[in-house]
Amino acid sequence: MSATDNALAEQAVRGRAAGRRRTGGRSWTFYVLLALFIFYVIALYGPMICIYILSFQDVRGGLVFPMKGFSLHWFVDLFTQVRTGDVKGSFDRSFKLAIIVTILTVVISFMSGLAFRKRFRGDTIVFYLMIGSLVAPGLVLGIGIGLIWSYLGLEASWYTSALGAQLSWTLPFGILVMFAVMSRFQNAWEEAARDLGASPMQTIRLVVLPIIAPGLIAVALFGFTLSYDEFARTLQTAGSLNTLPLEIWSMTLNVTSPSLYSLGTVTTIISFVIIGVSLGAIYLIQKRRAARVAND
Amino acid sequence: MALSARMKRNVTGWALILPLVLILIPFFVLPIIGVAVTSFLESDGFGGIIPNFTWDNYLTLFSSDLTFNLYWSTVKFTFFTWVFSLFFGFWVAYFLVFHVRNQLFALGLFLLCTVPFWTSNIIRMISWIPLLGKEGLINSALLAAGIIDQPLEVLLFSSLAVVIAYVHQLTIFMIVPIFNSMARIDKRLVEAAVDAGASKFDVVRLIVLPMCKSGIALGSIFVVSIVMGDFFVVKVMSGGGTASVVGAFYEDIGVLQYPSAAASAILLTVIVFLMVVAILRTVDVRKELS
Repeated sequence: MSATDNALAEQAVRGRAAGRRRTGGRSWTFYVLLALFIFYVIALYGPMICIYILSFQDVRGGLVFPMKGFSLHWFVDLFTQVRTGDVKGSFDRSFKLAIIVTILTVVISFMSGLAFRKRFRGDTIVFYLMIGSLVAPGLVLGIGIGLIWSYLGLEASWYTSALGAQLSWTLPFGILVMFAVMSRFQNAWEEAARDLGASPMQTIRLVVLPIIAPGLIAVALFGFTLSYDEFARTLQTAGSLNTLPLEIWSMTLNVTSPSLYSLGTVTTIISFVIIGVSLGAIYLIQKRRAARVAND
Repeated sequence: MALSARMKRNVTGWALILPLVLILIPFFVLPIIGVAVTSFLESDGFGGIIPNFTWDNYLTLFSSDLTFNLYWSTVKFTFFTWVFSLFFGFWVAYFLVFHVRNQLFALGLFLLCTVPFWTSNIIRMISWIPLLGKEGLINSALLAAGIIDQPLEVLLFSSLAVVIAYVHQLTIFMIVPIFNSMARIDKRLVEAAVDAGASKFDVVRLIVLPMCKSGIALGSIFVVSIVMGDFFVVKVMSGGGTASVVGAFYEDIGVLQYPSAAASAILLTVIVFLMVVAILRTVDVRKELS
């Protein structure tokens, strides 16, 4: 084959690819799905944006539009009023609890994921216990745990009984997501590492972990979200100090002012900060990996 | 030799699974056994429990129309929530994986979908008031446009509102696992199928759907077990007009009927467990591991 033939063939291939990009790449399905995606995001944020806007009303403000004035009155109200309860303290507790739950969920889900990859005696029982923990109504388990705690004479608190109650909820989620993550993992990579003389710990640290790191972030997202927002299991297990969802719940019972909305605004701003940080972490991991590949 | 290898595998397996077991025993196994035992005991009617074995709690439960109605309404909510969250979850994930070309941008959009889930559930439910309420935006807009001449009351505090709130809250539980399994599909496979003459519909039906089966199964498990075990959304969004299984349980606890509350809790756990096992039978999530 001559050089011109080659060039021609190459041109033809490239032309076809370009043609596909022009016609197939951005076809009508793209626009339909884009519209659906935009609709979803609007439906997701629309109500939230309404309450963000309404939280900036002045003292005459009510729960619905139209907007009455503009001030930070309800934010001040949120942090100063006695009747709105201990928002700052409960947020503090919820945040710490969510961080602890997230870390434990990631570590234990990872270990359990590794365990479930190989069959061992009794694995099916543990698996179905985990499913049971997922499907048992949270309120029921919460009450059960609360009763056991008081029976044993232990004092229920957010960092003991509520922590365990939340883990019995986040772990099944984390482990099931871990299943999906690990199925992407090919055993051949591990075998290759072993053949090259890596110890089991080295294989996990240098081969398994880096590959499934993005998946672990998904587990972490699940853990944080589920814990931060958990109500049913925490209700009877948190002891005397409330977590944020419990506090908000008691607020909705006796506060019907835009203070509630300003609480929504504050929690969302915090979420955006956390998301920024995790996105940055993923970006750094990918960059480091790309650099390592380039070096090799 | 073979025996010792198996022993070693068992030891490693148990060493790795031990933390999970240590959490599950005090925080799931013991409480659920406690509830199960209570469900077979007699109540003295004043909040006390008489330690006599009886089937009565279950017999009352099964012979009551109320039980059937509660389950019917809860199953209906579960079904509609499942259908809509699957629809949105699937296509949003599909859009992000197959139509957004920059991976980091797709990840950014994906996180954009998860942000609202990091705010309180209760706040998110309340946030429907300015929209769906009697004086809310939708009613005002419809009134102004002359489509209706009285505010629609069906928007808020109704079954519709319950399903809207569920879908709003739970679609993320579909998006995450489906996105995860879709991202794994080799794009060259799709291209090869298109080159071989497959239509867009064929690609979705023959490649994408089978390959993200496990993601769909996981999402379904999450949604089904959350909706079946929830009473909160129904309580707030239906305005007290509709009951749910767990809501009835909560009322039983309120009037100190512990044994009958325990029986209904066990029944619910068994039913949801069977639903999840049915999903796992259809798609073996664990098989994906090896």
